[in-house]
Amino acid sequence: MSSLPVTTLAPPRPASEVSSSLRAADPHSRRRRRRSRVMRTVLLAGMIAAMIPLALILIEVGRRGANAFGWSFLTQTEPPFRREGGGYLQGLVGTFYMVTFATAMSVPLGIMAAVYLVEYGRGWLARVIRFFTDVMTGVPSVFVGLFVYALLIRDIGFGTFVGALALSVIMLPIVVRSSEEMLKLVPEDQRAASAALGARRWQTIVKVVLPTARPGLVTGAMLAVARAAGETAPLLLTALGALSVVTAVQGTPQSALTLLIYDGATQPFAPGQQRAWAGALLLLGIVFVFTAVARFVSSRSTVRPD
Amino acid sequence: MTSAPPGRASALQATGAGRYADPLFKWAAITAGVSVLAVLGLMIGSTTADAWPVFQYQGFVDFFVNDEWRAGFSRTDFTGEYGAFSFIFGTLVVALIAIVLALPLALAVSLYITRLAPRRMKGPLAYTVELLAAVPSVVYGLWGLLYFVPTFLRPVMELLSAALAPVPLLGTFFAGPVYSTNYLAAGTVLAIMILPIITAISREVIAQVPPEQVQAAYGLGATDWEVMRKIILRRSFPGVVGATMLGLGRALGETIAVAMLIGGSQRWGLSLFFGGDAMAAHIANTFQDAAPETVQALIAIGVGLFIITVIVNVLARLLVWRIGRVAGDAAL
Repeated sequence: MSSLPVTTLAPPRPASEVSSSLRAADPHSRRRRRRSRVMRTVLLAGMIAAMIPLALILIEVGRRGANAFGWSFLTQTEPPFRREGGGYLQGLVGTFYMVTFATAMSVPLGIMAAVYLVEYGRGWLARVIRFFTDVMTGVPSVFVGLFVYALLIRDIGFGTFVGALALSVIMLPIVVRSSEEMLKLVPEDQRAASAALGARRWQTIVKVVLPTARPGLVTGAMLAVARAAGETAPLLLTALGALSVVTAVQGTPQSALTLLIYDGATQPFAPGQQRAWAGALLLLGIVFVFTAVARFVSSRSTVRPD
Repeated sequence: MTSAPPGRASALQATGAGRYADPLFKWAAITAGVSVLAVLGLMIGSTTADAWPVFQYQGFVDFFVNDEWRAGFSRTDFTGEYGAFSFIFGTLVVALIAIVLALPLALAVSLYITRLAPRRMKGPLAYTVELLAAVPSVVYGLWGLLYFVPTFLRPVMELLSAALAPVPLLGTFFAGPVYSTNYLAAGTVLAIMILPIITAISREVIAQVPPEQVQAAYGLGATDWEVMRKIILRRSFPGVVGATMLGLGRALGETIAVAMLIGGSQRWGLSLFFGGDAMAAHIANTFQDAAPETVQALIAIGVGLFIITVIVNVLARLLVWRIGRVAGDAAL
């Protein structure tokens, strides 16, 4: 998040203390100042209002999720919705499986694409790629699911691989964009120094540029992982869901945490809903840990946007 | 032409296989870059190919303006009726509600953070709002469906309905009965979901207003609010419009949370409390039970949704790009 230096100039203090001031005496000026004060309060109120949903989400998910959460939640599969107990093991396995798979597909490709944009990309092709990467970040995730369905599923069926493929399509533009920003921050001097020592272009990139940008690249990849772990709609169309732990790479429908939460929340039985809250707690935990670690990694980096 | 020494190359020029490494690497990078375009192209191609027969069967225009959706059950040909207007209407209404609720709040937050917040609080405040973007949409759906809507929103909606339904004209939009999942419920939760993206980009745009102008305004005696309204907001207007459109794009495509909160009725109504359905939500809600012909019709809805969101996104990017590329929004 690059930003210009924010103005440090302090706004002028209201001269209300000085009673003889023209500002304080003029009714028009007083009215303007009062309006400004009111609006400052309104903006503060807006700021507070914006924090309320997050607080409510964290409190409710924490409170209700803790009920059904426990060791057995992580080690058992889900019983029928009416029955208490059990857990989201198959979802945890499925999410982990598909996200790992998707990361392996999208992160190398995305970083390589970013290398192209930063190191080689001049002219119209780079501009077109850059623009459509941005457009791709805005493609609805359910459409990605439809795409994988239309492309593959009628031929090879539902399963882990197609689910992972859908997730990797969602991750790809995020990885490209964030990696590109990070590679751009590597000082030109380092490339020049490397070239002066006789390194080839690829050696410069692989041994100097990428290692320098590594923390930033890791950050981008982790944010993409956090995003993928929270996706539901594309998985609904590709992984489909499963009642037990699935280890098959392809051909057997796979489960995911998000799919179980969705199913649990939209059916009418209390035990199933409780597990959905616990699942949400688990998912939020995973996503927040990834987001926090990503921030931490980038804050320790020598090359960073801020 | 000139006398290049024949045979041996110069000592600086490599002769080993290593000299192929650079071009190879370059081509690998180009391939990776182009593959991003290829994925997008493949996405458009394969879905359009699948949706084409539906458009032919129903008529391209009729698909978008007819509000009669009757799923067929055939494996081989088309027997149902596929008019997606109800879902398009739902998508637009819900996205509009979300923008109307989120935009003022996002502006307030970004103005507060950039102009009024104590220096030490700027970072944490911005981070907290961005944390909203990290919450998965299914968690929003769960929270909205089982907590926020029944506990908070339902009483408010019933109050609104009771107070405003008798008013002529305006009453149409607030007419009861108040369904427990409806347009307004989905739109409200959606507003919370798109708040961080609008805020993040507005904040960047606002931070780019030249400090000289701000200082000049203060120097002329402007109050804080006058500086914000007449200098900052005016100056960053195109960027804020871009940010809003990016939020709109996100709102149009949002699936699971909307699917859980909008009602899912296959019809449409003018009342905010009507339980309708949206394009993305309808795909998610009915996909698992759909027969092959209906799946194709759902893909056709997807294509329609894709067209709308891409138009919105391209316009938004063009607006935001004018002020320079905004970093960091990809992760939101």
